[in-house]
Amino acid sequence: MTVFPRDGDPPGPPRARAGLPPSSSLGPPGGPLGLADTTSGNPEPSGTSLFAPAPGAAPLGRMVAAQAGLESRTLLRNGEQLLLILIIPLLLLAAFSLEPLVNFGAGLSRVDFLTPGIIALAVMSTAFTSQAIATGFERRYGVLKRLGATPLSRGGLIAAKTATVVGVELVQGALIIAVALAIGWRPDASPAAIVVAPLLIMLGTAAFSGLALLMAGTLRAEATLAAANLVYILLLGLGGVVFPLTKFPATARPVLELLPTGALSTGLRSVLQHGVVFPVGNIITLAAWAAVAITLATRMFRWD
Amino acid sequence: MNTGKAAADPPAPAVEIGGLVKRYGHTAAVDGLSLTAVRGAVTGILGPNGAGKTTTIEICEGYRRPDQGTVRVVGLDPLRDARALRPRIGVMLQSGGIPPSVPAADYLKLLSSFHINPIDTALLLDLVGLTPVARTPYKRLSGGQQQRLSLAAAIIGRPELIFLDEPTAGMDPQARHTTWELIAQLRKAGVSVILTTHFMEEAERLCDHVAIIDHGQLVAAGTPEQLTGTVGQLRFRAEAGLDVDSLLTVLPPASAVKESPAGHYVIEVHGAVDPLLLAAVTAWCADRGVLANSLRIESRTLEDVFLELTGKELRT
Repeated sequence: MTVFPRDGDPPGPPRARAGLPPSSSLGPPGGPLGLADTTSGNPEPSGTSLFAPAPGAAPLGRMVAAQAGLESRTLLRNGEQLLLILIIPLLLLAAFSLEPLVNFGAGLSRVDFLTPGIIALAVMSTAFTSQAIATGFERRYGVLKRLGATPLSRGGLIAAKTATVVGVELVQGALIIAVALAIGWRPDASPAAIVVAPLLIMLGTAAFSGLALLMAGTLRAEATLAAANLVYILLLGLGGVVFPLTKFPATARPVLELLPTGALSTGLRSVLQHGVVFPVGNIITLAAWAAVAITLATRMFRWD
Repeated sequence: MNTGKAAADPPAPAVEIGGLVKRYGHTAAVDGLSLTAVRGAVTGILGPNGAGKTTTIEICEGYRRPDQGTVRVVGLDPLRDARALRPRIGVMLQSGGIPPSVPAADYLKLLSSFHINPIDTALLLDLVGLTPVARTPYKRLSGGQQQRLSLAAAIIGRPELIFLDEPTAGMDPQARHTTWELIAQLRKAGVSVILTTHFMEEAERLCDHVAIIDHGQLVAAGTPEQLTGTVGQLRFRAEAGLDVDSLLTVLPPASAVKESPAGHYVIEVHGAVDPLLLAAVTAWCADRGVLANSLRIESRTLEDVFLELTGKELRT
């Protein structure tokens, strides 16, 4: 029983239908909806059909979980995105830790320097680059518009995107920390780092997400794709990820440290490599980026 | 085709639009439109390209803010009451809306998880003939398959009202027919349907009520029978160049005769063609030794009505 003919579909009764009302409510025999036999002159009484209206929104948590699940699977199935969020950070961590490609300073462990920077890169790649590109194309393909007509509210959609980013970051974090420890990472951190490092990452995620949505919600999808990749490359070089900001001219350094990637990598390095308890400046910088970017994104985002 | 009768005590019409105005810059896409769509019926919105069909339907869906006028959808304001309204309606956009890399089944599962009483995903895929491509990403489906997935997404939450913007565009005739059957089943189950279309046959076969709009204004509304039944037609073929003015003199007042194309004659009268009219025409032909071939009595089609009211072909 199909409305639309299917190749190779044997004739016969419909297959088991799990999760449906009892079959008595599906209409006359010969087809659950009487669709196969519209000439029988035997219309089913209205209100007993499968299509009988029974609208209602699911609980918000279920909607957000479903949306986040689909977005995560889409992201992890996309080869380019995987390259960006997992392969490049792990390759950089391994390559620059094992080979003396950059002089970080005499007597310092390379992996101790690199790991906080790679974590900052991972946060940027997920919350900013990947999210901006994905959201830009969702807007372009009308996906955001169509979701706007579903029971999932805009707040619910933002929550799902945030959950996706945080979920991916947890996977990234686990892999990066495992590889770093295997290579010989020995963080020198105060006990407070267990709170302060996640705080830095959270603020960085908020700032990068705000910037991603600001870009995706205002530029064309192709422009977002190009700009997000360009920013990724630039901040990979200028954000204190693998090249220490101390190697840059003294005039440039404060500026680079005011960029979100520089603030996050420097802050994480202070906490995880130098045992600083609370890098106030970097935290204020990230909080300011987050506040400005999210405010602008909220005002300027176009859904279609 | 049945004429839909609204339930005796509906709390509110499916859609009620009064004095709606929507401007883009200096042009009014919708210009003082008023129309009502009763519950449990299929209402078609017809109009040439740029008539304001999609703008109207998207205002009802809560996508656009009207500049003036009131819109109520199942008694709710599409913007102010959006949260209450969204679970109750199903929407099929004119195109797109589905992530290109997501398989058909995954997309329907997502939408089904937004509703409390969804139609089973596997069954719905089967009903719209997409089971063989359940794992195929949206972008690799054919145009007609994409349309069917979009239609399935509109109905999976068991809404009481669905908006379909050109639901059968891009479908082959067979898929179009089966989609019509699906829409007829939805109507039979008590679902209200608002659709826009370019296909006159679709409107004639499917719609209980039709609203023809042009330049953002309502130009005619009624059942297809009401719209087409006010003028009777008598058509025949004969040699080209008959004296149609002379023929007019034997017809009732306010009749019209056209020869278009050459040798094809159309007589239009108010009301139905009656035996006296037929006799008058055949007598006039007999007097001149003219043999009227392929003589037939018809009412106008919606296509004729549409052309007359808007001066435009529907399909462009």
